[in-house]
Amino acid sequence: MGKLKCECGHFNPTGTILCEACGKPIEGNQHLDGNDKKKLLNMRYDGSARRSITHNQSIIDKIWRFFSSVKVGVWLIVIALVASALGTIFPQEMYIPPNAPSRDPAIYYEAQYGILGKIYYQLGLHNVYSSWWYMLILALLGVSLVICSIDRFVPLYRALKMQKPKRHESFISRQRFYSKTDHISDEEIQQVVKRLQAKKYKIKSEDGHYFAEKGRFSRWGPYVNHIGLIIILLAALLRQTSFMYLDEYVWVREGELTVIPGTKNEFFIENKQFIIETYDENDERFKEALERTGGEVVKNYQTDVVIYRAKDSVVDSDTTLEKVVEGEIRMNHPLKFASYTLYQSGFQSNEFTSMSFKLYEINDADEQAIDVFTVDLMDPLPEYELDNGFRVELDQYFPDYILDDEGPRSETMYPRNPAFVFKVFPPDQEKPEISFLSIGQNIDATGENNYKLGLVDFNTHYVSGLTVRRDYTLPLFGLGAAIFMIGVIQGMYWQHRRVWLHRKGESLLLAAHTNKNWFGLKKDITEAIEDTKINMVIDQEELN
Amino acid sequence: MNLDDIRKKKKTRIKKRFIFRTSILAILVAAIIFALVTNLTKDKTIYRVGDHAPDFRLEQINKYHQLETIQLSDTHGKGVMLNFWATYCEPCEKEMPYMEKLYADYQEKGIEILAVNLGEAKLTVDRFIDKHQLTFPVLHDRKGQVTDLYKIGPMPTTYFIDPEGKIVEKVEGALTLDRLEGYFMEILPKDYEVSSK
Repeated sequence: MGKLKCECGHFNPTGTILCEACGKPIEGNQHLDGNDKKKLLNMRYDGSARRSITHNQSIIDKIWRFFSSVKVGVWLIVIALVASALGTIFPQEMYIPPNAPSRDPAIYYEAQYGILGKIYYQLGLHNVYSSWWYMLILALLGVSLVICSIDRFVPLYRALKMQKPKRHESFISRQRFYSKTDHISDEEIQQVVKRLQAKKYKIKSEDGHYFAEKGRFSRWGPYVNHIGLIIILLAALLRQTSFMYLDEYVWVREGELTVIPGTKNEFFIENKQFIIETYDENDERFKEALERTGGEVVKNYQTDVVIYRAKDSVVDSDTTLEKVVEGEIRMNHPLKFASYTLYQSGFQSNEFTSMSFKLYEINDADEQAIDVFTVDLMDPLPEYELDNGFRVELDQYFPDYILDDEGPRSETMYPRNPAFVFKVFPPDQEKPEISFLSIGQNIDATGENNYKLGLVDFNTHYVSGLTVRRDYTLPLFGLGAAIFMIGVIQGMYWQHRRVWLHRKGESLLLAAHTNKNWFGLKKDITEAIEDTKINMVIDQEELN
Repeated sequence: MNLDDIRKKKKTRIKKRFIFRTSILAILVAAIIFALVTNLTKDKTIYRVGDHAPDFRLEQINKYHQLETIQLSDTHGKGVMLNFWATYCEPCEKEMPYMEKLYADYQEKGIEILAVNLGEAKLTVDRFIDKHQLTFPVLHDRKGQVTDLYKIGPMPTTYFIDPEGKIVEKVEGALTLDRLEGYFMEILPKDYEVSSK
């Protein structure tokens, strides 16, 4: 089967329903749009040949045909919708509360929600949004979007470009708006055409037939809209690459200098200080509100930082650092440097910086200090020389002390619960005295000690939690969203209106079509044919 | 237009359409595969088995070893066991004696052990070295640089690097003596001269 030649002389692609040029229904294809059972023509895509409908040869064409179906697209949306909804029945895995008895999803869901929870977990719905099948559905939806758009846009564009002012009579008479008036003069037709022109219609004529059209570009609205969606999907795709999108977290102690993760060892951060400010209870303005909430309300979380850049390209613990920027990071006031942004995201206040101990005689009721020494808990010294010839050796140091089956040990490297084994060497004694100290404990291992150590002072520091982020995809999301909106506006606020004035001897056949707002079109025609004998169009759909 | 022309035209049109549709589908399939693969491999590691181990230089803090800093690239020609550890990590502590035991034999055969500590207080590390009488180099990653470079998650994590500097194995968790020796055999240089340090 070659192209279909219409009686007007135009060659149409196979599968065309209404001739691209004159609109004559093409015999044998009318069932495709259901025209054979109705008086009115289905004007969807202007009766152009949806390419997928007609060709079904290679496997590629079959796949294409599958995805070009709007039905398939709608089903994909429904499945995605149902899956998304199911994911909200119980909290997702990452939202299992931290204080839950067990955060293991295998236990949590059943313990919390019973048999339904167990099924929920076993179906994998506790992690639905990152499951492979959920992502596959979204991806297939994207494919459907692209192919549906291409498959409809191309023939529609062609059909609207090919349309001729002179249409086939059957096309005219089977439009929704139609009227026939006998004995109409050319002057009257000219008058109508002029009025339509004044209403910004574009006029074309052929053999005394006139065609007025406006707002054709609104037909492209849905396709523009789809381009926006595709850009958004593309941005989501690029977000998966570490170059386009980076999301890291760094804990940095006050006074600490550490590498910023994700920057490939190029940037370092030093935490000068971390500040928490609360609203002043004595301030008249806040007094009432603070009393109502019953406690302190934090006004500001802030980290004062210095950012450095490593000069050497090789990762080196002695690398020379040059200062890049010094600044404050507060909630909603991130610090930007190079392509990175640092956000204030959390803090810990459970660490000790240093502890001071005094040495005194056990028998001394006044606990008069022989000397006081301070242990830097981030970097303690092995030995402390004291006055009067005393010497204290730090034999064991547990920054985060716990006692388990095998004895004392540290749980982490951070001084959250420091414990010490000190050896005290008095000037007149050969053998050291051993003391174990931790928070709330002061143990004399042998029970024969003459000297005792006591905590006299301590300092604490904050640990600031900062999010490190680089996001080059945001502008792309913005662009996609903007194009999406342009498409919506284009399709919503303009209508594609067409009026045909078809000469048939002495008579005039008047027909009109619009993709929406038929009332507006009716108004246009009423005003255009005023003071003429031309009959107002009848809405043939209402007649049925 | 005669019939032959029409047929010819149609043929090229079908061919064009086939190419067009195939390429569009290919792009879409590539995008889907990319999206699924990147999403499902949550592993953030950049350096995997087969890659060249990235170079670094760190301070050496084992007082029983003569060097003050060690650069990975200086060990070229030797098989390297790059071990990430901390004193509070129990499985790390379990495998340390094995490492020390094998180090005595394999050092001469061209194997170097670099034990990168995650930046604990030096005193803690010193006491640990004394306790286990370690003689291999212990590196101090005070600023978290190398830990970030190798994206270390759980501890211990051990990389076995061959004499050409290629990562041969990555092991998460403690090693037994047998397994450790097995990995040493994999990275053992073939013709190593004792004289070359």
